[in-house]
Amino acid sequence: MITALLKRDLAKFFPFAGGGASLPVMFFIAVAMLYPFAVGPDVNILSRTGGGVVWIAALLAAILPLEKLVAQDIELGFFDQLRLRGLTEEVMMAVRLVAHWLSFGPPLILATFPAAALLSIDGPTLHLLLLGLLAGTPGLAAIGLMIAALTASLRAGAALSGLLLVPLALPILIFGAGALARQDGASLGFVAAISLGLVAMAPFAAGAAIKASREV
Amino acid sequence: MQAQQPSSTARSLAASSLACRRGDRLLFRKLSFTVKAGEALHITGANGTGKTTLMRTLAGLTTPYAGEVQREGELGLLDERPALDLDQPLGKALGFWARIDACADPSGAFSALGLRGLLEVPVRYLSTGQRKRAGLAALLSRNVPIWLLDEPLSGLDVAAIETVTRLIELHVQEGGIALIASHQRLDIEGLQTLELGDFAPAAQEEEAF
Repeated sequence: MITALLKRDLAKFFPFAGGGASLPVMFFIAVAMLYPFAVGPDVNILSRTGGGVVWIAALLAAILPLEKLVAQDIELGFFDQLRLRGLTEEVMMAVRLVAHWLSFGPPLILATFPAAALLSIDGPTLHLLLLGLLAGTPGLAAIGLMIAALTASLRAGAALSGLLLVPLALPILIFGAGALARQDGASLGFVAAISLGLVAMAPFAAGAAIKASREV
Repeated sequence: MQAQQPSSTARSLAASSLACRRGDRLLFRKLSFTVKAGEALHITGANGTGKTTLMRTLAGLTTPYAGEVQREGELGLLDERPALDLDQPLGKALGFWARIDACADPSGAFSALGLRGLLEVPVRYLSTGQRKRAGLAALLSRNVPIWLLDEPLSGLDVAAIETVTRLIELHVQEGGIALIASHQRLDIEGLQTLELGDFAPAAQEEEAF
């Protein structure tokens, strides 16, 4: 049952797989492309600030899929029908978290290579950037899922969810981008720890939000 | 020693002094009934009397304000949201539920509801009646004893109404349970009726609440 659900969720969200959205990845690369135009082609400035720009682009790209992440399936009665088949909301949300991360984390990490080339990011920095994104994107996915579930039954949910993600994602950004400035991977441990905490919490928080959305 | 029959008498759905509200409005109270295997109950009532809320409460999706629901046997709900992915062709969308329900061959349910010619059509392009039939096909291939049907006939044409009515009748005759919330007249043998409006709180009662 869970495999079938994960497959369906992936088909819905994975970029280039049918109806999935490749928009976050495009957006991510577009930011990396625009930045040199905005600050000029000075290699020093680009390579010094490029890593931070990639982090900001990743954070903003994480906002894009939130609108469809939960709200549509509540409207379709999807979670209701799964509940009637004995699946708990927590399991549904854990599956959704895996599908959401798989459809935006790894593609973003892959897109970091062309982005790094556009921003003249050097080898060691790229290394820290990739490790940081690998540790940080699950946390971003978890925050996104919780927000999407909480705001699903609100009319202006989509705009609100983007606004809510920014402050909550700050710790990941601070430690993730901080590692680049000091060229020191130690703070990535914090990023991983924050992500782990968020990933553990998200299915329960989002599940509770789905249940609460039924009681009107 | 007698062999244990898969006893159909163990199936039942009962409500005891059930009260539900929507927002801060009490919809109905002191509602009690028992539906046993082989019985069908038609729940009627004007708009806003709480038919859908009752269905969702019986299904366990929302908690009642007071009273409780007792249920023996698995339950399926058909409402106005058939939970089919809009972008998928109908066959794939229904195929997902067949996999979830471990139903090896849902094609019988597809042809029973006349969906054969629609399997390639994306759900987005289906009409209300066609979606309703698709939802019923998903319920049919689940093979559960208790059916909760919220307006199962809305949007259906004359032929489909006849088909669906016969399917409900067959389900009940085979020892199933059906609760049908509908405005339409239902032509089912042995159908009992429950008027939900009779359980609406009196005006002064609502004020006290």
